[in-house]
Amino acid sequence: MIRFENVNKWYGEYHALVDITETIGKGEVVVVCGPSGSGKSTLIRTINRLEPIGSGKIFVDSKDANSAELDINQFRAGIGFVFQQFNLFPHLTALENCMLAPKNIRGMSASDARALALKLLDRVGLSEKANAYPSALSGGQQQRVAIARALAMQPPVMLFDEPTSALDPEMVGEVLIAMRDLARDGMTMVCVTHEMGFAREVADRVLFMDGGRILERATPDDFFNRPQHARAQQFLSDIRTPFR
Amino acid sequence: MSFDLNLLLAGTYHDWLIQGLRLSLGMAGITLVLALPLAITVAMFRLSPLRALQWLGATFVESIRNVPLLAHMLFWYFGAPELLPDGIKRWLYAGNIEVLSAIAALTLYTAAYMAEDIRSGIRGISSGQFEAGRSLGFSFLGTMRLIILPQALRVTIPPLVSQTLNLWKNTSIATVIGVGELMYQAAKVESTAFRSAEAFAFATLCYLSVSLILTVLGLLYRRRFPVRVA
Amino acid sequence: MSLIEVIQTYWVYFLIGQFPDGPLGGLSLTIVLAAGGLLLAFPLGLALAIARMSPWPILSWPVTSIVYVIRGTPLLMVLFWAYFFLPSITGQKISQFSTMLGALVLFNAAYLSEIFRAGIQALPTGQFEAARSLGLSYFASLRLVVMPQVMRNMLPSLVNQFVSTIKDTSLGYIIGLSEVSFIASQINNLVLTKPTEIYLVLALAYFLLCFGLSRFAFWLERRHARSSVLGGDRSKMSHPAKSKLTEQT
Repeated sequence: MIRFENVNKWYGEYHALVDITETIGKGEVVVVCGPSGSGKSTLIRTINRLEPIGSGKIFVDSKDANSAELDINQFRAGIGFVFQQFNLFPHLTALENCMLAPKNIRGMSASDARALALKLLDRVGLSEKANAYPSALSGGQQQRVAIARALAMQPPVMLFDEPTSALDPEMVGEVLIAMRDLARDGMTMVCVTHEMGFAREVADRVLFMDGGRILERATPDDFFNRPQHARAQQFLSDIRTPFR
Repeated sequence: MSFDLNLLLAGTYHDWLIQGLRLSLGMAGITLVLALPLAITVAMFRLSPLRALQWLGATFVESIRNVPLLAHMLFWYFGAPELLPDGIKRWLYAGNIEVLSAIAALTLYTAAYMAEDIRSGIRGISSGQFEAGRSLGFSFLGTMRLIILPQALRVTIPPLVSQTLNLWKNTSIATVIGVGELMYQAAKVESTAFRSAEAFAFATLCYLSVSLILTVLGLLYRRRFPVRVA
Repeated sequence: MSLIEVIQTYWVYFLIGQFPDGPLGGLSLTIVLAAGGLLLAFPLGLALAIARMSPWPILSWPVTSIVYVIRGTPLLMVLFWAYFFLPSITGQKISQFSTMLGALVLFNAAYLSEIFRAGIQALPTGQFEAARSLGLSYFASLRLVVMPQVMRNMLPSLVNQFVSTIKDTSLGYIIGLSEVSFIASQINNLVLTKPTEIYLVLALAYFLLCFGLSRFAFWLERRHARSSVLGGDRSKMSHPAKSKLTEQT
């Protein structure tokens, strides 16, 4: 479904992604974790070309993400992306946020788009907030609307870039539940997240990154109980025992 | 000498003042029509990824905003025509060169200020909005049209309304190069008839009424289209 | 006469007018007027700001209206009233300098009241509470923690207001006050053959003064944004990875 082939990326002198080669299968749920600055956000943003890459190739559904002939807009429309900062459109209601792309890109009629948007808002448990503006919603609610907005394009892949990092702790759960339900429905998902409970319960695989490299690829069980790489052991002990 | 209202209601002085008001409104209107597209162009220059265009836009804005409008007027009236070939110069002096110079100065001056308002309106929208639009599959122009501009307009219209108010007040400076606008006509009534109270009261009332109308329009717009932040 | 000769002959006149044989004029008078017009407006501006924020409508309403009236009227209009109308009832001619200074003070007071109001309303309550929690007294908190931040908040606006005031002084030309625009057209009348160059030099003089000051204000703002808990938006400078979608597609 998603394939990285020897991907490198530089910010000037800084080598942000180093020789990334990885394949993510259809229906797979992959959690990417690692310390801050490890390149995990950069990695996920290269998949829908929010970040261009220096060398190598990325394929999504066997389409080359960086080829010049690619219709980038059509390509992106087929990949759902959820941001850390939600990025809901503040001038539109929750419903209108979800209707905007189906109507204007897919050419869906207003009534079809409305029905679809309402169905998706219901799926994330927010049908009663359909007519609220983002400013009237809590962080957790905004992020769930953002998930519904991405789903409205019926993408075969969903990317999550630290979807719960900007949330108050009590709102993290509702977003993770929405993501878990999505995974259970068979969605292909790549999630950059520090939520280890989510990784343990939902992920098929965990990728651990540091210094722009993928240092470890493992099942959640292996990763949490038998981490191989020293940096991964360090990372896990840092997040488990902050007081030493 | 008591305040003579009749002087303002009919007669030569009344006609002079009304003529002045018409010319002031006309100049403000024409300037607005010319300045807006210029301002949008300059703002786009300043936001473009090309260094040369950014520099061009910045130079336009800074070189105009940092010189008083009065000096602009003096330059366009006394200085600029000298640079033109003789034929055009004769044609200009035969026509109403005062008004043309004033409109040139007002247009550039107003556009420089409006360009900055438009630029900061667009820049105030976070890059996340742009990324979210592109991630959904919207093109650059589609994202601009459906996501960035609707938000930018709400932020930008109120300052543009106050720039229009400034433009309205600034038309008075055209007096300095002898344009027969409202302020000039009021001064003419003052010097011919020594009726400063009546003439100035009339002019002040005109300036204030238009300013008030513009302010109210700005407020109504803000109420109708409030700026929303997530 | 070449432009170089014009400048050699008239530069002193351009800078200080007829001083010391006559009154101060030229660019110096422009600066003196602008500085005086701004500084003298401080107390009045602060009073207007406080009155506008007062909880009593009987005070805030009329003051708000006055500020609106001033902001809706051209400065030139006020100048005309003061210069042509006032003497006709008082019987006393006021000097061009005092007229201009008075008009500038009145106008600046209205605009300053807005700046002060914004500065005071942005008062960081969290900062005040933090200072009090450390055991500082009410006034010590104000003096050591709150006011320095408020002043820093307002400083760029104040410098920009100074730039506007410099530009406003050019209206003195119309009532025959010998500030720099007036002096420039005097020089133009004496030389006669170089209007374009002379008015460009005038524009350049204003530009250097005003651009320098507005760069200074910009620098203050940037320095402020970097060190402030109020205005600093750290997300804007945190990561070099800010993508520029405009450059990609």
